[in-house]
Amino acid sequence: MALLEVNDLKTSFRTEDGVVGAVDGVSFSIEKGQTLGIVGESGSGKSVTCLTIMGLNAKRNTISSGEALWKGRNLLTMKPKELREIRGNEISMIFQDPMTSLNPVHTIGRQLEEAITLHRDVTKKVARARALELLKAVGIPRAEQRIDDYPHQFSGGMRQRVMIAMALINDPDVLIADEPTTALDVTTQAQILALMKRLQEDFGSAIIMITHDLGVVAEIADDVVVMYAANVVEQAEVHDLFNRPQHPYTWGLMGSLPRLEADVERLTQIPGQPPSLLRPPSGCRFHPRCPYVMEVCKTSYPALEPSRDPDHLQRCWLDQETKDREAAKLLETTMAEAG
Amino acid sequence: MVRYLIRRILWAILLFIIITFVTFVIFFMGPNDPARAQCGGDQAQAACLKLVTEKYGLNKPLYVQYWYFFDRLVIHQNLGTSYATGQSINQAIGKAAPVTASLVFGGAILWMIIALTVGVFSALRPRSLLDRTAMVFVLIGISAHPVWIGLIFEYVFGVKLGWTPIANYANFFGAPADSGQPGGPWQWFYHMILPWMTFSLLFAALYVRMIRANVMETQNEDFVRTARAKGAPENRILVSHVLRNALLPVVTMLGMDIGVALGGAVFTESVYQLPGLGRSLIIGVQANDFAMVQGVVVFATIAILFFNLIVDVLYAWIDPRIRLT
Repeated sequence: MALLEVNDLKTSFRTEDGVVGAVDGVSFSIEKGQTLGIVGESGSGKSVTCLTIMGLNAKRNTISSGEALWKGRNLLTMKPKELREIRGNEISMIFQDPMTSLNPVHTIGRQLEEAITLHRDVTKKVARARALELLKAVGIPRAEQRIDDYPHQFSGGMRQRVMIAMALINDPDVLIADEPTTALDVTTQAQILALMKRLQEDFGSAIIMITHDLGVVAEIADDVVVMYAANVVEQAEVHDLFNRPQHPYTWGLMGSLPRLEADVERLTQIPGQPPSLLRPPSGCRFHPRCPYVMEVCKTSYPALEPSRDPDHLQRCWLDQETKDREAAKLLETTMAEAG
Repeated sequence: MVRYLIRRILWAILLFIIITFVTFVIFFMGPNDPARAQCGGDQAQAACLKLVTEKYGLNKPLYVQYWYFFDRLVIHQNLGTSYATGQSINQAIGKAAPVTASLVFGGAILWMIIALTVGVFSALRPRSLLDRTAMVFVLIGISAHPVWIGLIFEYVFGVKLGWTPIANYANFFGAPADSGQPGGPWQWFYHMILPWMTFSLLFAALYVRMIRANVMETQNEDFVRTARAKGAPENRILVSHVLRNALLPVVTMLGMDIGVALGGAVFTESVYQLPGLGRSLIIGVQANDFAMVQGVVVFATIAILFFNLIVDVLYAWIDPRIRLT
């Protein structure tokens, strides 16, 4: 049995202008110790998917359906108390902006200890020792002194390390990381990613990595879900996705990866804007921006179906030959650029 | 922390010098003849005027007179004597200050209790019946003048229902034996109920709105989501994560409002005939007793500076980001 199995998850928000379908039918599962990457542009529903699983959306004006089975129990219908016992204990989460994710009026030691004492009946001394151990594990220098410092005395990268320490402190089965490196500068990003990889080996946690950066996915993920406008458009094992991408949106994402070796004046980009989820386009949601658009795309939406490989799901009307040809072309240019 | 404290204290001293100087200049330039006032006003004798002028150095330049005033105030802690009664102003203020302190601090406690409970509950259930009712109460509290409110309260609770006295003050530590007046803690409390209610209403209304807004804003902070993701129960999130942060600006406001509240106390004291600083001020103005008015103003200044200093220290204690700057 999968650790976490998400089936046809839907989340929508009631707003003054109407109902916004932020997540529309997402399914995936994750096994022990694995890493799942969820990729997509801002507003594609990747964060909301995870917030829904954690029950962290504002209750008012949010409608969710489908199921998120945690060791066989549905998180979406669980009582708040049961869900609290899982949050931060079996499933924990780190967020995009480390500058605002820590409480400014408590020392980081106190915030780490709180994470322990909420779930374990231990003395303050034991909790503090564990907090110190984790701060050392995430590479905070002089942890013995810094444990009594306040968040504002830490840099962004160090705060994200503290967040990671806090998330791992109860040895969770799954760690959900919502764009953990987006707010950090590039050198720090690489350090944090390396840290997460190392800790995953030490702690054996599964990771759900939400990102808009395919580079991060290539580095860390085992399986990938590509989301566009609240839908999954492609879902595959990571090598399969990079070797045989099947969806024009994924091609666009790969084409817009910056490459040092590439002899091009500008980065290629996907033209146009992500659609409004209040009034999504008819037919395929990607059709207004798709360079391969056909008549059928404008009227009917393709289902998420296996391509040649049954584990490689995609949602596109193009015939298999075209897809294979384009994927091969993309791979060729990438290889050629890489020399 | 020590450096922060020293800086705050130096600031307070500088402010004290500036404010007393400005106050002094205003009274110096005002239509105010201290010599004539001391010698009995219009019937003043030339000999008396001369004597008083020399005694107090009233013919000396402004800065010399300010120095006399400052020296008297700081070295001898003496606010002078009343022109109208000849009484020591230190003594008059010593009697009036506890009354005003009872009103302001009792009132502040009351308004904070009201504002915290109503504000927090409104924020937790926005647009609920409680929230809407509270907002109507806020509108009334902000619009209605304390004198009018005071008269309404007197009429309803004092006259019609007969639950409370309608005026006067009872000393907390008991009245003088031969005065025949009520005294003691219970009587003090009993007499202060209506003044506290009247005095608190405006501030309670303002603070309900402020606390509601702050709590609602803080609930959307990322660190509150973090606390929830850690598995913290809602009541713990509210107390330890939301309120601690939402109340930071309230503490600042409280420090600033002590001054405003002293001004507001004037109205409440005159409605309920409480012999506090506000009433001393009004009587002083009516009697052209500038020494008294100046005494009250200087005393109020010191009080405000003192409480602002306390609030600054308190703020540094509750907000770690302030401490090291």
